[in-house]
Amino acid sequence: MSGLFGHLDWTVTPFAAAIADPGTNTFVAAGAAGLVVLGAVALLGFLTWFRLWGPLWRDWLTSADHKKIGVMYCVIGIVMLARGVAEGAVMRAHQAMALNGGPLSAEHFAELFSTHGTIMILFVAAPLVIGLINIVVPLQIGARDMAFPVMNQVSLGLTAAGAALLMISLVIGRFETGGWSAYPPYTGRVFSPGEGPDYWIWSVVPAGIGSMLSGINFAVTIYKCRAPGMTYMRMPLFTWTALCAAIMLVYAMPPVTVSSLMLALDRYAGFHFFTNDLGGNMMNYANIFWMFGHPEVYILVLPAYGVWSEVSATFSAKTLYGYPSLVIATMAIAVIAFTVWLHHFFTMGQSASVNIAFGIATMIIAVPTGVKVYDWMATLWRGRIRMTVPMVYLTGFFILFVIGGLTGVILANPTIDYQVHNTLFLVAHFHNVLIPGVLFAMLAGIHYWFPKVFGFRLHETWGKRAAWLWIVGFCVTFLPLYALGLMGMPRRSSSFADPAFVPLQLVAGAGAVIILLALAATLVCYGVSIRQRGTLAVPFGDPWDGRTLEWAMPAPAPEWNFAVIPAVAARDAFWAEKTGGDPYVAPERYEDIELPRPTALGLVICVATTAAGFALTWHIWWLALSGLVGIGLAVMVRAFATQTTRVLPAAEVAVHHGRWLEAVHTARGITRDAEDSPANRGLAAPDTEVTP
Amino acid sequence: MTANLHPGLNLGESHGAAHPASENRVFGFWVFLMSDLITFGILFATYAASGTPMGLAGGPGPAQLFDLTSVALQTAFLLASSLTCGMASLSMKAHAGAGRIALWLLVTALLGGGFLMLELSDFASMLAQGAGPARSGWLSGFFALVGLHGLHITAGLLWIGVLLGLLAVQGLSDRVKTRLLLFALYWHFLDLVWIGIFSIVFLRGLA
Repeated sequence: MSGLFGHLDWTVTPFAAAIADPGTNTFVAAGAAGLVVLGAVALLGFLTWFRLWGPLWRDWLTSADHKKIGVMYCVIGIVMLARGVAEGAVMRAHQAMALNGGPLSAEHFAELFSTHGTIMILFVAAPLVIGLINIVVPLQIGARDMAFPVMNQVSLGLTAAGAALLMISLVIGRFETGGWSAYPPYTGRVFSPGEGPDYWIWSVVPAGIGSMLSGINFAVTIYKCRAPGMTYMRMPLFTWTALCAAIMLVYAMPPVTVSSLMLALDRYAGFHFFTNDLGGNMMNYANIFWMFGHPEVYILVLPAYGVWSEVSATFSAKTLYGYPSLVIATMAIAVIAFTVWLHHFFTMGQSASVNIAFGIATMIIAVPTGVKVYDWMATLWRGRIRMTVPMVYLTGFFILFVIGGLTGVILANPTIDYQVHNTLFLVAHFHNVLIPGVLFAMLAGIHYWFPKVFGFRLHETWGKRAAWLWIVGFCVTFLPLYALGLMGMPRRSSSFADPAFVPLQLVAGAGAVIILLALAATLVCYGVSIRQRGTLAVPFGDPWDGRTLEWAMPAPAPEWNFAVIPAVAARDAFWAEKTGGDPYVAPERYEDIELPRPTALGLVICVATTAAGFALTWHIWWLALSGLVGIGLAVMVRAFATQTTRVLPAAEVAVHHGRWLEAVHTARGITRDAEDSPANRGLAAPDTEVTP
Repeated sequence: MTANLHPGLNLGESHGAAHPASENRVFGFWVFLMSDLITFGILFATYAASGTPMGLAGGPGPAQLFDLTSVALQTAFLLASSLTCGMASLSMKAHAGAGRIALWLLVTALLGGGFLMLELSDFASMLAQGAGPARSGWLSGFFALVGLHGLHITAGLLWIGVLLGLLAVQGLSDRVKTRLLLFALYWHFLDLVWIGIFSIVFLRGLA
């Protein structure tokens, strides 16, 4: 069976299935596969036509600059978001027609909810969060880069390999059908002998290792690379949340790597960790998986809270209310998040007293979260509020996230959980926290920091259209699912027999159309902004009258971030400089700056990991071995590299910085009223209406 | 006495720029080891939870399979290798020269290799008795936990190879010094994990 191409042959593509058995079900699969192939061909054509291979290689793929790596993470997140949303829309369309049947096969529907969940958590939310942390944290703490710039590139490569394998699974073979948590024994080799669970395993494992390495990198950066004077209690709140998320990544990622590899041992080598026979115990899988799975939720949502903290303070021109309480609440959530994982399987048969302990812990975690919401509202109180795009998202978040949080407290009660678990009520709950909580924050954060990275603002009107469509689309799609869940409709149903479910299913289906429009508006917003980058340019770097250090430099931020490492004297460091004197003065002297040299290590590891994952999935042993040996060799060869940094001469920094300072001094700033006009070139004038 | 910049053995001020240059890397490596400890912890827990009649699934147990003499020898090899690894670190700290460091590393590698040979022969004899990982949940847990430690040792031996190569090609540069510090942490960490395996898997299994 396993020759040169392992289990691969020409029948595994959806195209072959569509020819053999034409119908809606196979056409949807073939269409999706066709889109992937067309997209890949179009991308290759685009790069070749515009001769972009050189710049792509030099400026991006081999770069160890934390901002570029962050952007590449976000690009992965947005591309995968498009796929995840499309899959969600297909599922809603299917369920709207699923009374006694539906257009898709049960198998196909199961594949859809499995890829949708895996993608949205591990390849949309996580890359967006890790991407934003990468871009923002060194700028906020006054560092030149991450502590380990090359390891950062490796993390990206591993995440990209997982995402690549997920995309390949759409074209070659089938994905797993046991949901994003891939519970055995169903995903074991007895019940799922095909390639599906293997695709899942080899997507998740590299992404898990990559995220763990990111966690180490962020933690060391924040502990060790802060500018002088940047004490812990002066760190911007986004950095605080990044620190807590980093610590959680270090401790929460190993469980999913281990449980996935144990599942792999069961499948490939006949081990009995989670099988039905010979001493296997699937409850152990649920246990280990959710030791990762629940902290993961807070790894994603804490940086989102960080975004809300920055956005609410900046766009109300006030210092963040209750900073110490926000810090304590963040730490409290990070700790309690490790004590609640059992609420994912209240119904698995442990005793009532165990359940209630975890139920209480789950309810307690709502308290620090509540503290945060009040802090943000108090920050807005009597502030100089501008209803920019991030503020629209914040408003949506305030109302919707509180509803999602409350339904979480309801589910935390084991007796209620017994009634509604495994229904659409649960689906409504976690979409209700993840979309307004994480996705809105990431879209708001991209809007907020985009000018710092690219030098121009995003289009406000299109941004607002997108924000409103996301908010309305979310409500119409997911709020009906609460009712459907209470009516007793199980989650993951490919068909149902009760006609009472139909009306609300139709409403949810309509909502999915609005969400598709929201995605389109988001992409249009990016496109329009790129076309109008001239009028939207903010070269002076401070378009929102920012408060933290990242706004104290030109936009786009130079590769070396800071011409001189700043000395920090206050919590809102840049704001203090602006109100206490002139922040735009040349330093007495410049120094040489050491920067990481470009390297192809991350890319090599990405390609080798993708090859190894694909080969393991299809039992192509020679390729799997080559991939794994390739990874090892790449790391060993890298150990012998000596020229890992290059030096940027002080004179060059002085010229670049001097030119910017000169331009700033001849420019006129704008007040907050003109923030949304082409007059905004990124220099903020004192706003007379501000009350401290 | 100079202030330590990170936990564990510090190079100290006599090493000039290499001392502060190693701070972030050593700290980062400690963080990695904490993460690796979670990995081992999960496998320890899985192993401990599978030592039941249900987990044994009617198959052979510790009394039939474990050879305490061999395990004692393995432990001796590994503990001795930790000592020689410590000698390599001290040779570096005391400026005893690249040759001395390489020699101690070589001895460490030989002891580690001896450990691995004994472990593999134990595995082979278990497989010959039909007690492979596919026999029962308990044996799956055993091979995953002890095997992962063995894999770590194998990676450590490769690492020693790279370090010896670096010492030969580049001499005792600042970067190589940092790498030696990291390797020493890794090797002692594996020793510590082995103490756990020795106590929980073998001693408790035969008690």
